[in-house]
Amino acid sequence: MNRIRVLSAGLQTTVQDLGRFGWAHFGVSASGAADPLALRAANLLVGNAENAAALEMTLVGGAFEFESATTIALAGSDFGAGVPLWTALDLPAGAVLRCGPTRSGARCYLAVRGGIAVDRVMGSASVHVMTGIGGRPLRTGDVLLIGDAAVRGALRAAPLIGEGGAAPDLPRDGLLRVTEGPQAGRFSGELYGGAYTVAEQSNRMGLRLRGPAIPSPPGGMLTEGVALGAVQIPPDGQPIILFVEHQTTGGYPKPANVISADFWKLGQLRPRDELRFQLVTLDDALKLLQTQEQWLFHLVHFGKL
Amino acid sequence: MIIRPASDRSLLISFGEEISLEAHAQVTRLTRALAGIRGILNLHPAFTSVLVDFEPRLRTHAEIEALVRERSEGPLEPDAVPPRVVEIPVRYGGECGPDLEDVARHAGLSPGGVVERFCAADYVVYFVGFATCFPYLGGLPAELAMPRLPAPRAHVAEGSVAIGGSQAGIYPLASPGGWRIIGRTELRLFDPRAEPPALLRMDDRVRFVPAGQEARPN
Repeated sequence: MNRIRVLSAGLQTTVQDLGRFGWAHFGVSASGAADPLALRAANLLVGNAENAAALEMTLVGGAFEFESATTIALAGSDFGAGVPLWTALDLPAGAVLRCGPTRSGARCYLAVRGGIAVDRVMGSASVHVMTGIGGRPLRTGDVLLIGDAAVRGALRAAPLIGEGGAAPDLPRDGLLRVTEGPQAGRFSGELYGGAYTVAEQSNRMGLRLRGPAIPSPPGGMLTEGVALGAVQIPPDGQPIILFVEHQTTGGYPKPANVISADFWKLGQLRPRDELRFQLVTLDDALKLLQTQEQWLFHLVHFGKL
Repeated sequence: MIIRPASDRSLLISFGEEISLEAHAQVTRLTRALAGIRGILNLHPAFTSVLVDFEPRLRTHAEIEALVRERSEGPLEPDAVPPRVVEIPVRYGGECGPDLEDVARHAGLSPGGVVERFCAADYVVYFVGFATCFPYLGGLPAELAMPRLPAPRAHVAEGSVAIGGSQAGIYPLASPGGWRIIGRTELRLFDPRAEPPALLRMDDRVRFVPAGQEARPN
């Protein structure tokens, strides 16, 4: 099997696919790529199935040496690797790909034709960092095996890309579209009044925000199931957005939930980034998701938008 | 039954706001009835509700709602298979149960009296959730109920047996936590290589016994 040597691991580089589903009733959330759109695009560009295991780099990328000739793709944010994003690239044997600090958002994905070969735990290759399910973040000196999971040809035509690797239709505007959460009726729109900043303590479990405090509604509530992207309001009034490694149940009220079409933005938010919430209808949320799926289809089937 | 969207890919189904065995039976029935349906990605049962996550490119809210209504109809039948009974051996007090004396003071009992009452009760696993196989147990004797710590501990050991309000629970992994810790079990509640990975499952019945006094298999 072809191998990748990890010359430097980066800040937090993990193996991810689209997540580990079907275990929430045991308290295990899906984990999976923080920016699922970028992971899918990178995989599809190299000819993998969209759910193949790839590397997720966070804020500072790693350096990787490819033992044999390989086809790769980078997608998500520009980590200064000096190669184009959002397209398949052929690397000769012995090539070294050096990523560094991000020049745009929080995460960059490295997909390798054939996928990263790791054992699946509970049906998924994704590392759940907080619990260790599926493994651990990479360390310098690790060796990764490349699998043989490619399903079709790679797409090498460089697509149109925007500033900092962002795709033109997917602006990094700090605007998070949300639909009403289960306790929306107990709030009065305070969430939509001001801008929030992403706090340093944010991680794959949750994005902690700092900004205008939102008063907790009177009366308690029973612990209930919580969804990816739920915006929950703890007693201090500072919202927490539940992220890919979120708890499966919780007892804080939730005025809103980030829409599926904006999940990728959650994965690209960095500490100190500013964001605002905008309320949309369920119908609008589903139309935006459909538009995003069309964008991905165009990217990976035609190489342009 | 109240059904409402929780997000553009989930529905929250609620069977009231009071913790009860009736609501638990509804939650258990619905969770089991929806398991394995194509397009449903995750089920999050809780005290009186079930959150259903679905794939929005395959399923609509209306379709899932229709499924939920169809599968929650009719009177609740007693289970064909009786619930599993799981015995949990626990070391109480000392290093394993740093809050046992506080719980005893709060209850007006001796530490031994707390352990005796705690072990005499039958518990039901209302659901498993929070973070990785944490079982929420109903059936705690009312005199042992005690509010959570004012501020959570930074480190709770794996296997800690704890009281939080009127519930009991067991920490499956070392983590921060605000429940009152009275003992510790050496049983592994979570094993990612086991099938299923959780020792305790929704609707199991649980008995606690002092470590060393387990019923021996014949």
